[in-house]
Amino acid sequence: MKEILSGNEAIARGAYEAGVKVACAYPGTPSTEILENTIRYQEIDSSWATNEKVALEVGIGASFVGARSLVTMKHVGVNVAADPLFTLSYTGVNGGLLLICADDPELHSSQNEQDSRNYAKFAKIPMLEPADSQECLEFTKLAYEISERHDTPVMLRTTTRISHSKSVVTLGERVAAIAEPKLARNAAKFVMLPGNARGRHYVVEDRITTLSKEGCSMSINRMELRDKKIGVITAGISYQHVREALPEASVLKLGMVFPLPFDLIREFASKVDKLYVVEELDAFIEDQVKAIGIPVTGKEIISLCGELTPGRVRKAFGLPENAQGTVEKLPGRPPNMCPGCPHRGVFYTLKQLNAYVSGDIGCYTLGFMPPLSAMDTCVCMGASIGMATGAAKVLPPEERKKVVAVIGDSTFLHTGINGLMDMVYNKGAATVIILDNRITAMTGRQENPGSGHTLMNEPTNAIDFPMLCQAIGVKNIRTINPLDLDECQRVIAEEMERPETSVIITDKPCVLIKKEGVFTPGKPLAVAEDSCIGCRACLKIGCPAIEWVPSSGKKGQAKIDPLLCNGCDVCRQLCKFSAIQEAK
Amino acid sequence: MSDKITNILLVGVGGQGILLAAEILSETFMLAGFDVKKSEIHGMSQRGGSVVSHVRYGKEVFSPMVPEGEGDILFGFELMESYRYLSLLKPGGTVIVNDLCIAPPAVLLGQEPYPEGLALKIQELCPDCLLVDGQNIAIEAGNARAANTVLLGAVSKRLDVEEKYWLEAIEKMVPKKALAVNLKAFQLGRSLG
Repeated sequence: MKEILSGNEAIARGAYEAGVKVACAYPGTPSTEILENTIRYQEIDSSWATNEKVALEVGIGASFVGARSLVTMKHVGVNVAADPLFTLSYTGVNGGLLLICADDPELHSSQNEQDSRNYAKFAKIPMLEPADSQECLEFTKLAYEISERHDTPVMLRTTTRISHSKSVVTLGERVAAIAEPKLARNAAKFVMLPGNARGRHYVVEDRITTLSKEGCSMSINRMELRDKKIGVITAGISYQHVREALPEASVLKLGMVFPLPFDLIREFASKVDKLYVVEELDAFIEDQVKAIGIPVTGKEIISLCGELTPGRVRKAFGLPENAQGTVEKLPGRPPNMCPGCPHRGVFYTLKQLNAYVSGDIGCYTLGFMPPLSAMDTCVCMGASIGMATGAAKVLPPEERKKVVAVIGDSTFLHTGINGLMDMVYNKGAATVIILDNRITAMTGRQENPGSGHTLMNEPTNAIDFPMLCQAIGVKNIRTINPLDLDECQRVIAEEMERPETSVIITDKPCVLIKKEGVFTPGKPLAVAEDSCIGCRACLKIGCPAIEWVPSSGKKGQAKIDPLLCNGCDVCRQLCKFSAIQEAK
Repeated sequence: MSDKITNILLVGVGGQGILLAAEILSETFMLAGFDVKKSEIHGMSQRGGSVVSHVRYGKEVFSPMVPEGEGDILFGFELMESYRYLSLLKPGGTVIVNDLCIAPPAVLLGQEPYPEGLALKIQELCPDCLLVDGQNIAIEAGNARAANTVLLGAVSKRLDVEEKYWLEAIEKMVPKKALAVNLKAFQLGRSLG
């Protein structure tokens, strides 16, 4: 049967067909939809972990007792999971283990564009790289064969254009006859003390040598000989752009990007006049080809930054570009917090208080955007709290008071909680605001341990944030309604004055949560034309439902779109002229 | 089947239903026996940002992204976003655009005006341009929310794919209770194309 699937959907299907029993992940664009699709298959136990390290550990645990397991994350998630990953390379597996790592060249939705292929080389783990959805499905299945045959975890790298592109896929059946998991004790392999690990290191090195040789005859590494003047080594999405831009060129398409099949590369190089590597981001393949003494052109013509497109490949090879002249500069359309978003009032208040906002990763990172403009730093998941501790340690008292860490519920549980334990333990004096909207919103509303539901939609314990903070030792814990600007102003100002750790928790849900009884919109508001004097105070919160109409009234007036307004009431509190009222 | 690849770009604002329209297009082309690829960016774009979806079909499609300057049809859900991405279109390409303006943040805040006369500017640059009053035609079909399907109908008329595949795809992708309205909206759009 044929279906149109995204790369992510095809990986989920591949995992099902491969007989995977456990799938675990922390959401992260562009990887999130893989687990949102494994839940379609009852045979797979799918769950959101608190972070990528835990997700990988869940996968390792399942693998060691014999189950095929799938772990997925975005590229920066691998940084979090790197600790177990490097030692997993030494232990090897029992049931096959596949780690999907979704890179984001061009930073469509990320804080950096690190090239995860380096992790494969660094941790000495084979890595596959599919070029379309059909390959996502097939490579996922193949990964489990390689994993079990070579006793190794396998990584599969996608990029945004593979994860989120759709193409036609032929589906297969789920494999039968996979052994059921059972306790398997093998301390020499699974207990990585120095005495055991020393021996395993030799196993790892031999494995990579073996796989490099085997890669020369794998069908996923294939030569496509056409015009011999130009030969291009490429993989993943770059292969598609090369076929588009240079249809006559000969290509060595690599399905396994680590370890490289060096003998096959030598053979290909000998068959073409001039050899190129076309790859996004780092000179990963290129450097290794050069290291075995084969002259090749790569980053001399292809940028180290951003993603490739057919046009960029054409340009690199000196071909004319087809793009027409672009139109004049237009107003940009950056993303914005939703109408009624519970974060908006908090950032408005922080701006009013001139806080130094140590930010974090989530929808609330949009608090950086004007007119809220209330975020001073954002580095990685969970960093806000540790960084606030560091800044507060060294600033003079008057400036120290300005330091406020802002972090969402999911990010706090991901890696922020460690920062808070450290702040309390080391007597840090800063204010921490946990924006608890009950969901992992930015990646598309995934459940987390604060939501009260699992990925499989089963009711479960919901973490009690005030009790958790109390147990850590925070003495000053306040819960506020983030839609009440007076309360926000009063409580945040009081806690900023306090010379010790304090935590403020906001208690309104994300407006996009669809589950019944969680978010209820208020009645839409409207601006009374006879009362609005055009002071623009309501525009300072940057709500997409409020529009400035220059032609209205004497000097312009605000207007509220009743179809967009969620009735959060924040703008009404800003209007000194009572011009904002419930829409009639 | 010829080797020609047809390139369609869907552009507009996050939340307008562009992704679903792109899904229906892709499904139609697959049902009609073509190779199809579709690419877009999720994530940040859901929050009211600018959205571009690429749909390509033909005998064998390589890149999921329409090469710059090779778009055959620009399927616009909003005027300014359509104007912004005109450079992706080939010379002489077709524009089918919804007559709708959605103010971006700087316009909402009164810092910049929404550019004037965009429909005319688009028509000047791309003579093969059809401006569609999607909202009002959708109301005629029974629901303002079916504006995308009106546009889809207009686009369908420009493509060499039998009507039955369009209808089959719409029936598969649109929720049952909204199907009758959407089929009507599609026909109204088709009569414009």
